[in-house]
This record gives sequence, C-alpha cells and structure tokens, in this order.
Amino acid sequence: MPAFPKAADTSTHNTQLRANLRHATHTIRAKRATAVAELDDWGRLRAAGAAIKDRTLRHLDHYLEQLERAVTAAGGQVHWAADADEANRIVTELVRATGEREVVKVKSMATQEIGLNHALAEAGITAYETDLAELIVQLGDDLPSHILVPAIHRNRAEIRDIFTAKMARWGRPAPDGLTDAPADLAEAARLHLREKFLNAKVGVSGANFMVAETGTLVVVESEGNGRMCLTLPDTLISVVGIEKVVPTFQDLEVFLQLLPRSSTAERMNPYTSTWTGTTDDDGPRAFHLVLLDNGRTDALADTVGRQALRCIRCSACLNVCPVYERAGGHAYGSAYPGPIGAILTPQLRGTQSELDASLPYASSLCGACYEVCPVAIDIPEVLLHLRERVVEGGPASVRGTRAVIKPAKGHAAERAAMRAASWALDHPRVLRSGQRLASRTRRFHPRRLPGPGRAWSDSRELPTVPAESFRDWWQRTRTTTTPRHGDDRNTP
Amino acid sequence: MSSRALVMARIRRALADVPRTEAPSEVAVERTYLRRHGDRTPAETADLLAENLADYRAVVHRTDAAALPALIARLLTARNATTVVVPPGLPADWLSATEVRRVPDTAELTPHDLDAVSSVVTGCAVAIAETGTVVLDASPDQGRRRITLVPDHHICVIGVPVQVVDSVPEALERLDPSRPQTWISGPSATSDIELDRVEGVHGPRTLEVVLVTAANPPAEDAVFLTSRPHQAS
Repeated sequence: MPAFPKAADTSTHNTQLRANLRHATHTIRAKRATAVAELDDWGRLRAAGAAIKDRTLRHLDHYLEQLERAVTAAGGQVHWAADADEANRIVTELVRATGEREVVKVKSMATQEIGLNHALAEAGITAYETDLAELIVQLGDDLPSHILVPAIHRNRAEIRDIFTAKMARWGRPAPDGLTDAPADLAEAARLHLREKFLNAKVGVSGANFMVAETGTLVVVESEGNGRMCLTLPDTLISVVGIEKVVPTFQDLEVFLQLLPRSSTAERMNPYTSTWTGTTDDDGPRAFHLVLLDNGRTDALADTVGRQALRCIRCSACLNVCPVYERAGGHAYGSAYPGPIGAILTPQLRGTQSELDASLPYASSLCGACYEVCPVAIDIPEVLLHLRERVVEGGPASVRGTRAVIKPAKGHAAERAAMRAASWALDHPRVLRSGQRLASRTRRFHPRRLPGPGRAWSDSRELPTVPAESFRDWWQRTRTTTTPRHGDDRNTP
Repeated sequence: MSSRALVMARIRRALADVPRTEAPSEVAVERTYLRRHGDRTPAETADLLAENLADYRAVVHRTDAAALPALIARLLTARNATTVVVPPGLPADWLSATEVRRVPDTAELTPHDLDAVSSVVTGCAVAIAETGTVVLDASPDQGRRRITLVPDHHICVIGVPVQVVDSVPEALERLDPSRPQTWISGPSATSDIELDRVEGVHGPRTLEVVLVTAANPPAEDAVFLTSRPHQAS
C-alpha cells in the first residue's frame, strides 16, 4: 500500500467517488444529529460509556478471565490468539474439524483486520459474506471503504453489473433482467443468500460486546443476515478483539443507546442478537470464541493511545471528517478507515511501514471526530501523540515487548527545523538577529518554498514577514507612547 | 507459553501504570444518565411504543384480549397464509379463530421446513417504547430464535401495559442474560445501496405488532404474566 497522501491523491481525483462519499457522509451526519438530539442525557451517556470502557481497559486481565469462565460455564469454548496468523489458524482448524468446506459470515471488522477470508480460501474453505454491502464488495473483488456502509463507493448501476456478472460464480445467479432499483437488488441478494443460509453448517461472526459477568455476546445489525449466521448453523465461531468486553449485562444499557444513534442514526437498529454459550435445541450446538490480541495490547501499553480501544465501531467520526469525505476509505489501507483508523491502525500495526507512519497525518486536526465520538475518544490528542512518535521515535510496545522506535525516515527536514527552532528559541540573541535579518530581506522572499518544501507551498501561502519583529516594536514604542490609564506600573 | 498466558502477560505489562491495589470498582463510572426519557402514564407509554414501531415500518394493531383471536385470524387471511408456526407455549386461544394449518415449533423442524411456512405468531418478553423495540427471549410463548427469522411474516403480540417499559435501561432490568435474545425494531432493513432504505432483506419482510390491552378479566392478564417469567425481582 502507498502512503496515505499518494493513495488519497488517486481517490480525490475520482469525482464519482467523491460525490458518493459526500452524499453518504452528509446524509448520515444530519440524521445522526437528530437522533442524538432526542436524548437529553446524551452527554452523560457518553461520559458513562467512556468510563465503563476505561474501567474495563484498566482491568482487562480481570474481565477477560471472568468472561472466559462465564462463556465456558455456558457451554462455549474459548481460544486465545496472540496475532492474526494464530487467529486464522484456529478458525481454519475449527472449520476443518466440522468437515465443512463453506462458512457463512456476518460482517465483522476483526475478521477483516486479520484477513480471515483469504486465510480460509488458502485452506480450501469458502467464506460467504452475507451483509449486503460486504456481498457487493466480495462479488466485486473489492475492498470495503466505510465501517458501516462498506460499499458506499459503489452506485446502484455498478452494483447491478456486479450482481449480474458475478453471482452465478458464487451460487444462485442474479434474476434475468435485474434492474438497478435498490429494492430489486436487495431481493436478488435475499434469494442468492437464502440458499446459503438454509444449508449453512458453520457460521463465523464478530461481536459488538462481550459481557464479562455473564459470558453474553452481542451482535447488532439491520438486515437479518446476522441472525441467520448466529442461529441456523450447527457451529458458530466468533472472532472478537479483547477490548470488546464490558463488565456487566446492565452496562449494555449505555452502549445500546449510544451505538445505534451514533452509527445508523436510529433509535434502535432493526436486530440485536444476544447469546450466552449454547442453548439446547435453539441455535448452534457448538460455540467457539476466539479472543484476539493482534496489537491491542500494544495500544493498551500506551497511556495516551489506550483510549482508542474504547471504540465501539460506530463510524460517526468517518461521517464528519473532511479528510475522509474527500479521500475515501481505501486510502487508509486497513480495515479501519477515517479518523479512528488513523489512530488505531498505527497502534495495532506499529508505525514502521510508510503507510502506517503517514496515517497520523491524515487529519486536519479540526476536532469534529472527538465531538461526535460516543465514547469521547480524543482523536486529535492521539494523532498528535502518534505524530510525535513517528518523528521522534521513542519507547513503545511492539508485539507485546518493550522496544525503542527509531525516528521515521523522511522526517529529517522536519526534525532539523524543529531542532533549529528549539535552539533559536533558547538563545534570545540569536532569535533577535535572525528575525531582523528576515525583516530586512523580506522583499526577496519567494512566494513558494524551494526544494523539498515546494509541495507544501503548492496549496499554501507563505506568511509574510513583518517589517519589524514584535520585540523590536515593543522596544521602540514602549518608551515613546504615553502609558494608558491604570497602566502606570510601566512608567519609567 | 500458551497464547492465553502470552496475551495475559502482555496485558499485565501494558497496565504497569495501574496501581496493583486498584480494584475495578475504584474506576469511577457516573451513572447520572436518565433511567427513562420523560414521565408518562402507562397509556402514554403504549402510545409512544405504537408510534415508534410504526415509524420503523412495523404494522401496528391495537385490540383487547377478547378480540385478539379474531384479529390474528384476519391478519393471517389477509396475507393468504397457509401455514403458521406455533411456539410450544403460545396461549391456545390466540389461534382459536383461524383455520390456517399449524406447524408446531419442534427441534426436528429444519431451516428448509421453516422456509416453506407462511407466518409465525409469538408473544414477547418485553417491549421498549422509546425505541420501538420488541424483545424476544425464546420463552415458550416465543419459541426458538429461528422461527421468527425464516418465515416472511411475523405477528408479535404484546400485553399492554404489563409488558411495556419506557426505556432500554428498564428493559435490561427485566431480561435474563442466560436466555438467547432477539431485539427487533421494525422489519429487516438495509441502506447499503446509496443509503436508500429497503425493507426486508433476510428477516421477515412484514412485522405486525399487536398491542393487546388487558381488558380486565384476570384470566387473560395471567397469560401475559406467564410470558415474562424473568422479570427481575
């Protein structure tokens, strides 16, 4: 993957994509504001949501042990995966043990993050995505571009063409003469997927929440594909990040209010499923929970970055972000796009690659993401913190061990400038003569920076240097002007 | 080292800043948010439920216990239903006025069998007025989760006022986490194509909710009390 600016350069020139994104983000943004305004106590719910998540994260070991006991007692089996490869291996082996070659999947960020579908395919197992948007993405051999509406970059005509061309290869073909009306497209998906659901023996899901106290898992969704995958197969495998745990069942009262309104701008999403282990004669006979680390403990080790683990994947921050609106989700190069992706991905994967080191810069720091975040993640604070780590390097946790990050390449000029500035600011005389020199030569200043600075000044005006520095002005004027009334302490 | 031990060790190292003596309960959580949004009479709560259900495109009917069987019969006929799935504990009189063939919910019923059934009639565990949600918890009057999923038409009966609460916090207090739950707010829907809302993707495309006012006869009232055995004491 190219660094963010390069990828964004491509997507910002795609006018169709920009129009789709603008329409989508503005529509959801406005609806969300209405749904949130319905609750007088939104601010208090938000604070409680953040506090519950903080409590959980500060005692994550305690809650995970409690969760494991509760899930096991309810008939489930708990597996631990330190990284993506291990999680993929566990799921692959579990599917193999059933003797099946196909699984149905509910949309899940965690399985996208670890590339599960690809790993299963290599083992000869076909994973069918069942969320409508994920189906569009999968049939189109494409990548998701939004957390909530992954195919937001596709319009109806493109979706019709994908269905017509590709459905037959995966199962039941699209009906003849399929139109591009959303209702017809949804019906085609219903028919195509129903065959899969009714025959499915293995389901794979993520989860929005796991309750430590009771071992209950929660999945919120709209279409019913989640219910199908969670209840019809004999075996259910859920891959869930360790940060998704909440202490008590009653804590759900906060998140089941925050999540739907922040995400789809609904009072409540059409379907929420909860299950605790297995139930006789109702739903899967075998339930496996795969608890996933994959960099989460690295984020946990960072006392500033830790708050990113509060995220409940509502995607409200994407919809208000001026950068996301123009660049689109693909430019972020991970399952997590937008502002939350810009702070989560570099923490989960580290900042070694060019792309991951560029993500903390994919922001104008306008702060809109913090304003809408239902669990009050101070995204700008974490962005600045990560920028510092990219430029300066320093201690960090990498795959669970303490390491010292080297300063990133390519920031040499920035570092040199900062060092020079810091030296000059520590030496008043140097600063003064520098400022005087700049003032005297102001007529000769270029409008654009030369060399490596050129790109920066392509879209920015260089500030004009004043004829006189503030210090010189002060020196010159304080002795000649009459002090104002009440300001006589300055009188010589 | 097992992966469990590895992840646990990573977590403990990552939390080096947390004092060893700190108990989870010492991390303050201020629950100053509202238990419900507004004060309503039971009748107003039922009205709000009806309004919010309809807003999310559920078809809402209101009746009393005596007229319920006739209403259910009429709704099934209007759909040209030929078969209806019946949860094991559905009050017998609810289907007393219909001729539609009954399919009992048993463990032998496969997803393919259910796909051939027209409708399903269930009770519910609790309904939430502020969000327009009905919650099923697989009690005997609601049956297994799949029977309200595969058939295309779901009739859900709610006892008013006993089964209706104002808010999400009040609903959770009544529910038993050990039972599998399905929270339903309107029929299955998607907005995945250009954000155009389409009702009915995989779940029932038609959700009809019947609000039944307990018209005083205590025997009828008892029906609803048995359908929510998990009320928190």
